[in-house]
Amino acid sequence: MSPGKTIDLHLFLCCDCGRKLQVSLSPSCLFVFFDIPVVPPLFGSPLPPSTQTRLYSLCVLQPPPAKYGGRHTVTLIPGDGIGPELSGYVQELFRFCCVPVDFEVVNVDSAEDDITNAIMAIRRNGVALKGNIETNHNLPSSYKSRNNLLRTTLDLYANVIHCQSLPGVRTRHSNVDILIIRENTEGEYSSLEHENVPGVVECLKIITRSKSLRIADYAFKTAREKGRSRVTAVHKANIMKLGDGLFLECCREVASGYPEITFDSMIVDNTTMQLVSRPQQFDVMVMPNLYGNVVSNVCAGLVGGPGLVPGANYGKDYAVFETGTRNTGKSIANCNKANPTAMLLASCLLLDHVKLHAYAQIIRGAILSTLSEAQLHTADLGGHSSTSDVVQSIMDAVQSAGPRTLSM
Amino acid sequence: MAAHSSLLSVFKIINPRWNGRIGNTVKVFGTTFTSHRNKTSLTRENIPPPAKYGGRHTVTLIPGDGIGPELLSHVKEVFRFSCVPVDFEVVQVNSAMEGEDDIMNAITAIRRNGVALKGNIETKHTLPPSVKSRNNVLRTTLDLYANVMHCQSLPGVQTRHQNIDIMIIRENTEGEYSSLEHESVSGVVESLKIITRNNSLRIADYAFRLAREKGRRRVTAVHKANIMKLGDGLFLQCCKEVASGYPDITFDSMIVDNTTMQLVSKPQQFDVMVMPNLYGNVVSNVCAGLVGGPGLVPGANYGQDYAVFETAYKEHRKELYEHASSIRNAVSITMNETRLHTADLGGQGTTSEVVQSIMRVIQTTCCSHWTCPRPTPGILTCQRSSGVNSAQTTVTFNCASPGVSLASAASRKVWIYSVCQIKELCGVNPDGRNCWSQGRWT
Repeated sequence: MSPGKTIDLHLFLCCDCGRKLQVSLSPSCLFVFFDIPVVPPLFGSPLPPSTQTRLYSLCVLQPPPAKYGGRHTVTLIPGDGIGPELSGYVQELFRFCCVPVDFEVVNVDSAEDDITNAIMAIRRNGVALKGNIETNHNLPSSYKSRNNLLRTTLDLYANVIHCQSLPGVRTRHSNVDILIIRENTEGEYSSLEHENVPGVVECLKIITRSKSLRIADYAFKTAREKGRSRVTAVHKANIMKLGDGLFLECCREVASGYPEITFDSMIVDNTTMQLVSRPQQFDVMVMPNLYGNVVSNVCAGLVGGPGLVPGANYGKDYAVFETGTRNTGKSIANCNKANPTAMLLASCLLLDHVKLHAYAQIIRGAILSTLSEAQLHTADLGGHSSTSDVVQSIMDAVQSAGPRTLSM
Repeated sequence: MAAHSSLLSVFKIINPRWNGRIGNTVKVFGTTFTSHRNKTSLTRENIPPPAKYGGRHTVTLIPGDGIGPELLSHVKEVFRFSCVPVDFEVVQVNSAMEGEDDIMNAITAIRRNGVALKGNIETKHTLPPSVKSRNNVLRTTLDLYANVMHCQSLPGVQTRHQNIDIMIIRENTEGEYSSLEHESVSGVVESLKIITRNNSLRIADYAFRLAREKGRRRVTAVHKANIMKLGDGLFLQCCKEVASGYPDITFDSMIVDNTTMQLVSKPQQFDVMVMPNLYGNVVSNVCAGLVGGPGLVPGANYGQDYAVFETAYKEHRKELYEHASSIRNAVSITMNETRLHTADLGGQGTTSEVVQSIMRVIQTTCCSHWTCPRPTPGILTCQRSSGVNSAQTTVTFNCASPGVSLASAASRKVWIYSVCQIKELCGVNPDGRNCWSQGRWT
């Protein structure tokens, strides 16, 4: 095991993310590192020196990546609506750029329900890229949302959406840079409902201490790694005193362990109003499930719409990447009108996760140059280009960036 | 009609919680029978007798916390200045205390008067969870089931989006705000969100009725039924049922996350929106932010028998329509023509400056006495009959030539209600604008 981990550490140091990594691991940490391999979900800074208990909770067994002959295998779930179309473009682009990633396609959609195989495939590969799977409202309530089932079974507890104003996209607000971290497994999405008395439905919203601590810890760790200075917890504790009160308390506890990061809290209604008037004031936001859904959609709308924002779901052992706002886009499916940017940026996040940073940077650069220099915008951004035009332009940009093969 | 009003008075005695059920059956007799003071001409006959003595109304005033007391004192000032026949009964609610006595006093006062104006009462998180939010207690006890917020782009306020005109109707008593939480296992909290068929039908009915009365064409239900299938599914189903009885109004539904995204990119597509409690909170705040902030949007909470208004002043009683419109016009003139804005709108004015300006506009245009000179050549004279407190009088006023202030040109006592009426009657400018500004014709 140890030699393999040494190579990983080497790659870790050589990643061209442009930052010098401090490998100032204390002897005890190093010891722990080799004994129990630790690969934090986000590449970046080393573990801060911390108490034994915290190290224990973070030093968990990370299964080795599914990597054979230098190639990674990634589960691909096309989903419904624009999903299959965009997944096709991702595969095409990866093939064009010679990215050493093979896709294992598992179809889970409204026609074919293969969710158990999909989950098993993700467990096997460790990483997945998925489109949104439509939930039919007319089916009985015992039929759980497939997306939700995937998230809870794999315990993908953190949904991270980075809403950034992209150059070349004109929006009403500029300089927006918000990182939204949303609890992904509990809260209002527990799917626990019952009708004891006819005509009266009770939906349960579950907030637990352990999950709140976990997501708060994730948020602060991410903020520290990305060099962010402020974390805002979004809640409604004036009404839901016990539930959101517990969430807020957990955030405060975790905040006390990160003195360099400012922590504050805001009620969700005030947050949405501030987002619409002055979104530049927010830095990192952490919140329970439903508020996360609303806030992330508001932020996505602020930076240009659902076609631009990628999303990532991280768990302890697995990571699943998708578009940030989880839309199926049924109305524009197969019309060659969808914006591929969100899905392609999600695939870049995937590449970063499997440590193919150079490829990720090439593709990301090509996407940004298409948006800003070539100004090829699809209909949702007010332009007239088709999806295939945009993808072609991205491939041209990749090609013109020069050969950057195999020297990594 | 006598039967209706007697039934209504019986309702006032019965516990408001029954009204939902009985109200539905009585609805077959009258068009909008189970309505309340806010309704327009259709139901004026059916409104319960107001708390009115000697021609003056009594309205409960709850200053609340924060900017509430200050703003409400300005309201009192403006009302007194414009001679509005309303007396305020002030009830203080102390948010720091754990007892429920003060809020119960307020509720009794509102029951007595029927109408209230309130500022927000802060809910301190540090108090134990058994202490419920005061605002919530008020709403549930008085069964103020509909929260109506009308978000409109105001002409003088610069915002990123224009032409917004959204009416948000939010269920105000159940949903996530039921305050039912428990911790069965330590470290695991369950919050209950209650959705009932009765309340959902009631709010949907209110929404469609209001849409019809205001001539709106589309009602959108906002929900999250893909996740909360039973709960929001029931809400959606109730909305669909009610929609079938209003074929002239288009009904559609949208998931809350998509709604918030559309609101931020293209808010002009929305007309009337109806939704459960929490989504209503978020969506109304987003819309308030879109039209310029919380300082501009009034909110109203309507129940079967009571109405409580928040954030801005609003009067809908028949006889006070003129006063309402005069104040409203004064506000809009201040905002749009003199462009006196407070800091939240990017301006430099203070609250008192804005209020002074409003009062000045009222003085020059509305509810004032004028003395006019004898008609001289070149001056246009208009004649109009108006009802002042039900008395028919003939009112004449002179439109002076440009540059001359009306105060010096007027020679007869006139009672002017609103700028719009002056412009329209003078016929100086067909579209009624750019005619009257700061006490002079231009």
